[in-house]
This record gives sequence, structure tokens and C-alpha cells, in this order.
Amino acid sequence: MLELKNITKIFNPDTINEKVALNDVSLTLNDGDFVTVIGGNGAGKSTLLNAIAGTYPVDEGQIIIDDQDITRLPEHKRAKFIGRVFQDPMTGTAADMWIEENMSLALNRGKPRGFSWAIQESDRKAFKKMLMRLDLGLEERLSTKVGLLSGGQRQAITLLMASMNSPKLFLLDEHTAALDPKTAAKVLSITRELVEEHQLTTLMITHNMQDAIDNGNRLIMMNAGKIILDISGEEKKKLTVETLLQAFKETSGAAFASDRALLS
Amino acid sequence: MNFLEMLMQYGNTLPGAAAQGLIWGIMAIGVYITFKILDLADLTVDGSMVTGMAVCAMLMAAGWNVWPAMGIATLAGMACGLITGLFHTLMGIPAILAGILTQLILWSVNLKIMGKANQALPARSFKVLISQLEKYHALVVLALFCIALVVVLYWFFGTKFGSAMRATGCNEKMARAQGINTDFHKMIGLTLSNGVVALSGALMAQYSGKADINDGRGAIVIGLAAVIIGEALISKLPKNFIVRLSGVIVGGIVYYLVYQTVVFLGLDTDLLKMLSALVVAVFLAVPYLKKRYFTKAKRKEEGNHA
Ligand SMILES: Nc1ncnc2c1ncn2[C@@H]1O[C@H](COP(=O)(O)OP(=O)(O)O)[C@@H](O)[C@H]1O
Ligand SMILES: [Mg+2]
Repeated sequence: MLELKNITKIFNPDTINEKVALNDVSLTLNDGDFVTVIGGNGAGKSTLLNAIAGTYPVDEGQIIIDDQDITRLPEHKRAKFIGRVFQDPMTGTAADMWIEENMSLALNRGKPRGFSWAIQESDRKAFKKMLMRLDLGLEERLSTKVGLLSGGQRQAITLLMASMNSPKLFLLDEHTAALDPKTAAKVLSITRELVEEHQLTTLMITHNMQDAIDNGNRLIMMNAGKIILDISGEEKKKLTVETLLQAFKETSGAAFASDRALLS
Repeated sequence: MNFLEMLMQYGNTLPGAAAQGLIWGIMAIGVYITFKILDLADLTVDGSMVTGMAVCAMLMAAGWNVWPAMGIATLAGMACGLITGLFHTLMGIPAILAGILTQLILWSVNLKIMGKANQALPARSFKVLISQLEKYHALVVLALFCIALVVVLYWFFGTKFGSAMRATGCNEKMARAQGINTDFHKMIGLTLSNGVVALSGALMAQYSGKADINDGRGAIVIGLAAVIIGEALISKLPKNFIVRLSGVIVGGIVYYLVYQTVVFLGLDTDLLKMLSALVVAVFLAVPYLKKRYFTKAKRKEEGNHA
């Protein structure tokens, strides 16, 4: 499915601000894997997802999706295979465009965008059905500007958009971090439903260790640009926050550097 | 001269001012595409407007029929926008600088097109579409042009391709995540915009009976003024795309009527460009100042509660 081979990403090379954000990272995801990703601030989690999505090129290594080498493919071409949700709810949608317009942009992801009318009546019906399941009353507001919605509503729509056409890869970067606890729980449960329904191969970064333990079939922990822990199957089911913190201490030789992770 | 005579004289200038306003309105639609839809400030227009005038005037002087002459003028304007687009997307030059560079290139190119600083296109000797000699006729023809343009653009920005362009201007990161080639859409948007601007130039050359290398100077500011006036005018109306575009055109008319009035009242015309620029500066500053003022007020309020 997804194969990362020896990925290295260095920001500001050969300057005083040089930062090795990914250090020779290799990772293989199987079809249908739901992997949660944890690690302290600056561990390289976002860089990992951005490298896969093609936000910037990597310095070394190969990225392969279903036997196709996409290492040199520009971001907009990779989008055909990838659905993404970002931490900032403002990032995933176009604020000045309507809900239905945003959704139709996602519906056409990876398809040629010609001069046919963007939204057909049949699309509208499909959008309504998708929005209905969110249970946020958005199905009656197709021609509302997305900019008028709350962060949680926007994030829920972004999730729907990202999962449209069942992408090969679902990348979620702390997509509940900016939401209040109740909304975060709702968005997370929508996430689970969509992953289940579309059988999405998923990488979900979270700052919440309990969420990382409770969701998915596999958990990886990152530190200083490396994957320092990779736990799956029965072993993952037995994880607790305490054992994770202990494991972090042992493998990295330092205490877990994020207060947020402990608190939540 | 008594007051009544003056009033009548003023009234006589209005149809002409409205016609010129419509031409500026078309040009402002071009500015709207880059400034509002793509969120790019494109200074190419000062040059591409003259390119439209020059190409149309030279072709007609060479005996071409007005329609193909206007078509070629529009294509020439599109090429100007494409150059800015390539500077910006392919070579990574900031949009504003890319536009300035093209504008300077066009200064030379426009001089070469005409072979001199201006080219006359007297309506008496050429079969022009519109002319200031027949103001009411010009008004009707220009209004038809505006309607056609609004309809075509309404269709264009409603298509999948056009929606992708709007998304590019609204949220680039989102657009790329949805598989939109944002560089390509910016390039096409700049091309389209300058095509519209050159078309307005071709109309202007016919209307005024000449093309002059200096005619485009400050066109971007007039375009922005029309866009801003247009927005103010439609602030109470439902905001669909047709209303927005129509607002811009009406904004062009209002701008030119005000201009004509100020001229009629005898204001030194040397000061007009400065006045236009200042008016635009004030209106561009309004959203920023509003935000500052409101956030300050809010902070104060929070302080009171604490
Ligand atoms: N665009 C960038 N330019 C320079 N440095 C960056 C950039 N993005 C991330 N970094 C640096 O790379 C490191 C990893 O960042 P990131 O992947 O965002 O961490 P996190 O695990 O918190 O998501 C950090 O030290 C960060 O400062
Ligand atoms: Mg991050």
C-alpha cells in the first residue's frame, strides 16, 4: 500500500537553522491499516504527513503508493490518492465558497476539471445524504458560505471531503486539536465511521495518547525525526498511557516532552 | 453664462461619461478577476490596456475589419497576462513585481507596435464599432458588451474549471489538497484578466479615436476604484456572482461620472490621478482599520470582565 523508504527531510540545509525533521524514516502500511501517530512537539509528525502529501520534496528516499513511485509527483497530482484533514479548521475548506461548492471541489479531486457545470442536481442529493449523517443540520445549508460555520462544523465537512471517492490514503494531522472536548469527540467518532465505511488506510496524528490507544490497529511514536516505537495487533490493545510514557523514556532517553499529552 | 446653461452643458457631458465609464467598467472586470477572485495584485493592466488599444488601432489603420482587430487585440492582452503568469508561477517572482516587469516590457512593445507614441483612429475614416461622435449609440453597444461579458464569466466561474480557479484564490493550500494545479489556474486567470483589459483598451481606442502610449497609466488604480465602488454599491443586495460583476461595471460608470463632474467643476486635472489614488488607498485601508478598531474594543471589553 504505502511504502516509505529511507526518507530524510532537512529544513534550511547548510545554514545555522538546519533542522533534520525526518531522519532516514522507513515505514510500510498495509491495506486498511489505521495507524495513530504520537510524539512530542517538533518530533517530525507533521513533516512526515506533508512529505507523503507532497507539500514539499524530500531530500532522500522514496515514497511508493501501490507500486507507483510518487516521490517526484507534485502535490496536486498526489491528491488523487490522498485525502487530508489539517489541524487548523480554516485550512481544509475555502471560506468564501458555499458548502456545496467545497464538496464538489472534493468530489472532483483527481479528475479532469473541464467546462461542464460544477454542481449537478444529483451531486446535491449526494451531498445532502453525506451531511445528514453528521447530524449537524448542515444538509439544509448547502448554499451557506463555509466561512460562516464553526470550527467543528468545518472540520466535519473537511472529513467528508477528504473521504470522498475513497482515497488510497487518509492523512489526519491533529485534526481535533483545535476543537473543544465535546466537538473533538464528535469529530473523532465521525472519523472512525468514515474510516470503517470506506476501509481507508489511515495515518492519524494526535496529541492525545488515550485517543491514540483507543483508535486504530497500529500505533507509532516519533522522536527527533525517527520512528522509535511501532506497535500493532494484540500488543496495541494492551497499551496504557503509562506504558507508552515508559516506552518513550526507554527508547529516547528523555521524558515525554509534551504536557498536553499528559493532561489529556 | 447663467446657471441653467451650465446645467445643460453638464448634462450634455453625461452620456459620454457613462460610455467611458462602461469601458472602464469592462477593464475593472479584468482587475476583479485577479484582485478579488485570485487574490493577486496584477499591475500588468497599465500595459496590457495600451496593448489592446495599440493592436486594435494599428490593425484597423492597416485596413482590418473591426471585429478581427478586436479579437487579435484581446489575444495580445492575454499573451501579456500569460507573461506575468509565467514570471510569477514558473520563475517564482512575486506577483506584484511580475506585473511591474511585464508593464515595463509592454511600454517598449507598445511603442514598437505603433512605431510612435500614438496612433490616430478617426471615426470618420474608419468603420469603428463605437465613437464619441455618437454617444448614445456607443452606450447601447457598450452595454451589450457588458451584458455578454457578465454572462460569459458567470458561466465560466460556474464550471468545474472556474470553481477550481476560485478555490485557488480563496485557499491555496486547500485547493492543492483537492488536486488543483494552483500555478496553472493563476496563470490562466492572469491571462483571462488581461484579455478582458485589452478588450476594453480596443474599445477605448475606437471610442476616443486614438491610441496613446500614456493612456494606460494608472489604469490599475481606476480598476481598483471601480471594484471598490461596486462593492459598496451592492453591499445591501444579495451577493450572487452576476450582482457582483454588475456592481463592478456600475462602479466604473460611477467613477467616471464623478471624474467628469470634478473636471466640469474646474478642478486642476493634474491632480486627478492623485485624488483617485488617495480614494483607493482610503478604501483599501478600511477593512484593516476596522479590524484593528474592533479587536481593540474587544480586548478592552474582555479586560473589563476580568
Ligand atoms: N517549513 C519548515 N521550515 C523550517 N523548519 C520546519 C518546517 N516545518 C517544520 N520544521 C521543523 O521541523 C521539525 C519538525 O516539525 P513538525 O514535523 O511540524 O513537528 P510535529 O511533530 O510537532 O508535527 C521542527 O523542529 C520544526 O521546527
Ligand atoms: Mg505537527
